[in-house]
Amino acid sequence: MSNYQSTTNPCKLCKPLGASIAFRGVEGAVPFLHGSQGCATYMRRYIISHFNEPIDIASSALGEKHAVYGGGPNLKLGLKNVTAKYKPKLIGIATTCLTETIGDDVNMFLEEYKREFCAGSDVSPTLINVSTPSYSGTHMEGFHAAVAAIIEQLCLESPTSDTINFFPGFVSSADIRWLKDVCADFGLSSTILPDYSDTLDGRALSEYPLVPEGGTPISAIKKMTGSKASVEFGWCLPAKTGGKILEAIWGVRLERTGLPIGIRQTDQFLEVLKGLSGKNMPQRHVGARGRLIDAMVDGHKYLFGKRAVVYGEEDLVVGLASFLSEIGIHPVLCASGGKSGLLSRSIHDVTKDILPESPHVRDGADFYDMAEDIEGLAPDIIIGNSKGYHLARKLGIPLVRVGFPIHDRLGGQRILHLGYQGAQMLYDTIVNTIIAKKQEDSPVGYSYM
Amino acid sequence: MQAAILKERQGQIYEKGDSPFAMECNKDSLAGAVSQRACVFCGSRVVLYPIADALHLVHGPIGCAAYTWDIRGALSSGPDLHRMSFSTDLQEHDVIFGGEKKLYNALTELIDRYHPKAAFVYSTCIVGLIGDDMSAVCRKVGAEKGIPVLPVQSEGFKGNKREGYKAACDALRKLVGTGDITGISPYSINILGDFNLAGEIWLIRSYFEKMGIEVVANITGDGRVADIQRAHGAKLNLVQCSGSTMYLAKQMEKDYGIPNIRVSYFGVEDMAESLYAVARYFGVHEIMERTKQVVHDELTVLLPELKRYREALAGKKAAIYVGGAFKAFSLVKAFSLLGMDVVMVGSQTGTKEDYDELQGITQKGTIIVDDSNPLELSSFLKEKEVDIFVGGVKERPIAYKLGVAFCDHNHERKEMLAGFAGMLNFAKEVYSSVMSPVWRFVPRKERANV
Repeated sequence: MSNYQSTTNPCKLCKPLGASIAFRGVEGAVPFLHGSQGCATYMRRYIISHFNEPIDIASSALGEKHAVYGGGPNLKLGLKNVTAKYKPKLIGIATTCLTETIGDDVNMFLEEYKREFCAGSDVSPTLINVSTPSYSGTHMEGFHAAVAAIIEQLCLESPTSDTINFFPGFVSSADIRWLKDVCADFGLSSTILPDYSDTLDGRALSEYPLVPEGGTPISAIKKMTGSKASVEFGWCLPAKTGGKILEAIWGVRLERTGLPIGIRQTDQFLEVLKGLSGKNMPQRHVGARGRLIDAMVDGHKYLFGKRAVVYGEEDLVVGLASFLSEIGIHPVLCASGGKSGLLSRSIHDVTKDILPESPHVRDGADFYDMAEDIEGLAPDIIIGNSKGYHLARKLGIPLVRVGFPIHDRLGGQRILHLGYQGAQMLYDTIVNTIIAKKQEDSPVGYSYM
Repeated sequence: MQAAILKERQGQIYEKGDSPFAMECNKDSLAGAVSQRACVFCGSRVVLYPIADALHLVHGPIGCAAYTWDIRGALSSGPDLHRMSFSTDLQEHDVIFGGEKKLYNALTELIDRYHPKAAFVYSTCIVGLIGDDMSAVCRKVGAEKGIPVLPVQSEGFKGNKREGYKAACDALRKLVGTGDITGISPYSINILGDFNLAGEIWLIRSYFEKMGIEVVANITGDGRVADIQRAHGAKLNLVQCSGSTMYLAKQMEKDYGIPNIRVSYFGVEDMAESLYAVARYFGVHEIMERTKQVVHDELTVLLPELKRYREALAGKKAAIYVGGAFKAFSLVKAFSLLGMDVVMVGSQTGTKEDYDELQGITQKGTIIVDDSNPLELSSFLKEKEVDIFVGGVKERPIAYKLGVAFCDHNHERKEMLAGFAGMLNFAKEVYSSVMSPVWRFVPRKERANV
């Protein structure tokens, strides 16, 4: 395995992008990047191409003189302007490599700003800030850091409530909607942070939504300290997460599961919900599970022994590897641009009772590494975001698009990955992709499968 | 409309009417205004990216390289090294101890792997701060590998996109003049500022070939290092997208005495005039005759077809927001050819002269805007009851969310919009969005229908 100095076709994004998406999932929030104008614009463009939705990310738009004398004045001016025109309830400020390197003390600037502009004002937005230097970690560390910052900075007292906190991580808008439904099905009152199911997948409107409707209500976030429990998805999380903070400081019981992708991971998650609600699995999910298994029987022959390459964010890859092993596909390469150090063990844990040997796992990977690793693995299918299209095209094998970003298809935000319902959709897509490939490659052109 | 405009930005917005024309521009973007602009790095990357046989290495953290990976539709007829994303992916350790060693290793590794004809190394914000001597590393690797290795001083915070254009032109200037120019025709040109989106430069070149004009170098659409190295052998520089490459043209005029003319390949009028301008410059009767023939042949096919679209689109209202103002001129004329009214026009990086010209070619009531943002743009779309908005990826969701038709005229587009055939494509694009039945169902129209 080579260890290159250069990165070729990256399989990760930078920290402030993850933070921007997380902030977009809070009610009334505007994400704000403290750095040069390009960061905000590039990330907007990247996010827009996936969601096909507006996302206004403000910037302190630093220039050369600010890089020398500090970005404080522009940060304050930017906050003032955003407040005047967007009237946000919250501004989520993430730093960039520029402002981290010049050593801007954002905490101090914000204290000054509050003293100078917000004293006595009841319309001033809440300011949340997070340190997201792009040179350490990926967009996932940025996402989790922003969620942790929201908890740390908003959760200051502890009312008690019957609510359950959910920290799903970076999932699709459809996934968040599923999560809401499943909580309702169990009769659980829930707070999901972040919740961009509406803010990044909204309705057609007649007014431009400067601050779109939806998002986790700030009042609900403040009450997360008193919830009955928190449920956090992911096996490859950083040490500091929303769930961990609530557990350590406020004593909120923390349940961790993987992303509920496939049967066993969903079973585990619904077990947790059963425990928290004291209710049996709702009929809707019993039915969905049964149909999924029925479908898996119908399609098992097409998939058995097929070989897949899976890549994306670490926790998504773990979930997919678990699911693929359940449906008879061998994930021959599991890769991620992330490098939490937990990927290999997590994949081993979720596949060990089905797969005879652990898949080849590569963290800190780019698409060049993956192309090298694939040689000799003879995969039948690639499963991941649309950045693997070049690779799939070169190999002449199909790409099933999941995760983020989906830049070459519509509706990336509506891909459902979670639950039996998500597994059903993934299953149908994967099996039909394999069948379609077989049909197209066949000289006969069978019209029954 | 006033509610949408920040006080500091009022000087950058003008509604053509009775008040005398005055327009501020070329300012730093206002903090918190959510500018549609990117940064210096973006400007450099846009200009150099289409050079297909060069290595483009981004020296910085991963984001800058990730967000510019294959995002543009600049096609190549041969190598496509430009479509890959290369980065030094600087880590905390590099930021503290310096990234020169990593840059050296990455460059060496990639040049050995891909054997490019040249390498461009882009600096990013952080490189400007940690003080890596990129030029020294580039010189060293260039000497070792025997290819030009050119630093592009594109630290994002150094200004706006225009600064990036200049940094790119500085890098290109080091390539020009290093190739053999024997055998170049006395009737020869370089094409500057066309990026071969959707294959446009191939179409433009075909016109010049029919006219008997040799194209020496494409700068930079479907560009090749060797062609650019002998670009100083051409007799005339044609400069489209003048914001991005006029600086290089001026340098080449100073260095090699090559004159330049500004052209545009968008719209019938500007396309034809561009060809005629070249023919006039060379002053050869046969060339002029052939040019007339080219234009005649193209128009004979095009105009009857356009008529159909014109009938459907006449009287519809258009808004334009693009990167460079020069493209906006052509779009205003193109809409006028379709019988449509331009009610708003703006650009990210226009100059005072650009806005003077826009003011001259637009109708009373038209809004002219510099360095705008979603809040302003959406309020203009509503206020002017726009039927179609022309812009790029970042403008698209503004239009679509409000239920307004949209035409992508940015670098990401996949439809050829330049040349005579491009005008027809443009009309089709506009038509296929404006006439879609989908608008019947959007809230904006539903409410009006009630």
